[in-house]
Amino acid sequence: MITLNNIDKTYNKGSVTALKDISFSVKGDELFGLIGPDGAGKTTLFRILTTLMLADKGEASVNGFDVVKDYKQIRNCVGYMPGKFSLYQDLTIKENLNFFAAIFGTTLEENYDLIKDIYQQIEPFKDRRAGQLSGGMKQKLGLCCALIHRPKVLFLDEPTTGVDVVSRREFWEMLKKLKRQGITILVSTAYMDEAKLCDRIALIQKGQILSIDTPANIIDSFPEKLYGIKSAKFSGVFKLLQDTRSYPGIASCFAFGDSLHATFNDSSDKRLINYLHTKGNSDVTMETITPGVEDCFIHLLKE
Amino acid sequence: MKILLFLLEKEFRQILRNKQMIPLLLIAPVIQLVLLPLAANYTIKNISIAVVDNDHSTFSRELISKITASGYFRLTGYTAFYNEALSLVEQNKADLALQIPVNFERNLVRENSAKVFIAINAIEGTKANLGGAYLASIISDFNSDIRINWPAAPAASDPPQVAVISSYWYNPFMDYNLYIVPAILVTLVTAMAALQSAFNIVQEKENGTIEQINVTPIKKHIFILGKLIPFMVLGIILFTLGLFIAWLLYGIVPAGSLLTLYGSLIIYLFAMLGFGLLISTYSSTQQQAMSLAFFFILIFNMMSGMFNSVDSMPQWAQTIVQTFPTSHFIKIMRMVVLKGSGFSDILYEIGAMFVIGLILNTWAVLNYRKTTG
Repeated sequence: MITLNNIDKTYNKGSVTALKDISFSVKGDELFGLIGPDGAGKTTLFRILTTLMLADKGEASVNGFDVVKDYKQIRNCVGYMPGKFSLYQDLTIKENLNFFAAIFGTTLEENYDLIKDIYQQIEPFKDRRAGQLSGGMKQKLGLCCALIHRPKVLFLDEPTTGVDVVSRREFWEMLKKLKRQGITILVSTAYMDEAKLCDRIALIQKGQILSIDTPANIIDSFPEKLYGIKSAKFSGVFKLLQDTRSYPGIASCFAFGDSLHATFNDSSDKRLINYLHTKGNSDVTMETITPGVEDCFIHLLKE
Repeated sequence: MKILLFLLEKEFRQILRNKQMIPLLLIAPVIQLVLLPLAANYTIKNISIAVVDNDHSTFSRELISKITASGYFRLTGYTAFYNEALSLVEQNKADLALQIPVNFERNLVRENSAKVFIAINAIEGTKANLGGAYLASIISDFNSDIRINWPAAPAASDPPQVAVISSYWYNPFMDYNLYIVPAILVTLVTAMAALQSAFNIVQEKENGTIEQINVTPIKKHIFILGKLIPFMVLGIILFTLGLFIAWLLYGIVPAGSLLTLYGSLIIYLFAMLGFGLLISTYSSTQQQAMSLAFFFILIFNMMSGMFNSVDSMPQWAQTIVQTFPTSHFIKIMRMVVLKGSGFSDILYEIGAMFVIGLILNTWAVLNYRKTTG
């Protein structure tokens, strides 16, 4: 349960706007994603909700407690995992867990069932110092420490940044399990492919929310028809992009890996393929594709 | 209370794992207490002297042999020309030039007075000062010696003289180590307490661990206590080690009670740890903390009467020095170690340290916030 009402936050005495008029709410057992590029204001939002920072304006509450007045209760019932690994590097996995359990007045054994699935993966290294763990293991330890006191609400600030693909997938599996335990989860990420794993997402850019909905609805709301354009010559993507953009009927065109995603001004135009061939691109193909969250994001940015 | 114990357990675990900490704690005081007293010794020896002897008489030779026999001087030049002696000074081969003029002996016998000229290289201030003073006292000694051995001089015609004989209380042999070693021990404890406590907290900021601690329900004062107590303990260990080394190397045994000494130490550490904490609340990186702490520690150590007496400073400077806990603790150390002062003699210093400590700690706690921005 998280609600935000008209939250504003500026830095450097108002010269830098970090958050502008942010309002949304997260339901009890929801996995809510904050999707946005670096510098969008995601971390600021987390710091306000975890009572580490005061907003300039607006109100927010977590689990029914006001972030300003009831900050003590909030600190008892939330788990926070900052974007930067922030456990004691010179303590071992076990010592870190025991320490954080102790300052919340609990023990590892008491809440073992909650973190069991995650902890078992790092248990073989429990006597290794946290500083010597790999990125994925650090994230798992961070999650364990954030969960050790059985929080009602979990805040995860870019938990998968710098983690390999397999570990990322495992991490999201774990989040789904935790959600089933009734924990509200607010997670931020800069990876668009992770967005569709959330129940609902908020697209955020320059401190403002562009759109809030389920991933499916956000994709459905994409107003135009999207086409994927591909050339057989693998190295020619940049040339293909420039040539496509120079075609008069194209509304937008962006590179996605080795293909292009493009929309047309009016309707699709098969003459584009001929145009591209005359420009020297070989074996160009074009087909209708369903947009992803990233396409929606780019589209919203344009508006 | 239970949480404080967990915090302390964690702190000690981390301190013991820090590879630098233990050598710093055990070896540094030994090295410093062996080396620093040598550097701070004011007894000057091996002063090079060039003599310009224009008289070549019995008296002039007697004077020269008296100077070289004193043990403080080394004759590095013996010439007949003042310019030659001065060029020795210029080449740094002589610190002093003594000119014995022509007819030195004759004037002394006939007119009952003779003049010598001393030129001193003042680049090294202390050496010049003390060298000149030593030489003057040897010459005046020489003066009274020849009068005694001088049957011709009628004793009655001598003007009456007041002879001053000093006796040095609490340090009868004016042993420099006795004076400087307790002060060096204080500077050691100062650096340890202020720097390490400041670094420790700033390190939590740098690593982001303070962020994780701040979202926990842990109380501010418990967290700060958890930081201060370990360094209080380390400070006491360091001090004990230092006292032991002072006894082993210099035979210094505190004349006063150890209880007085340790009681004052704890209050001093309370003040210096508060200072370290204050530094940490104003710094966000260890480098900032280092620059800030170093600036103050240098001033504390240099101004607090370790080398020079605070009483000889101008009044405004003395007022500033009063706010340095280090100046009070150096005074306490000397009073207790040399003189055997008890609690009642050092009440003012203890009170001053306590008040300063209270101010620093309150300031630091107010400035330490769990929220930012």
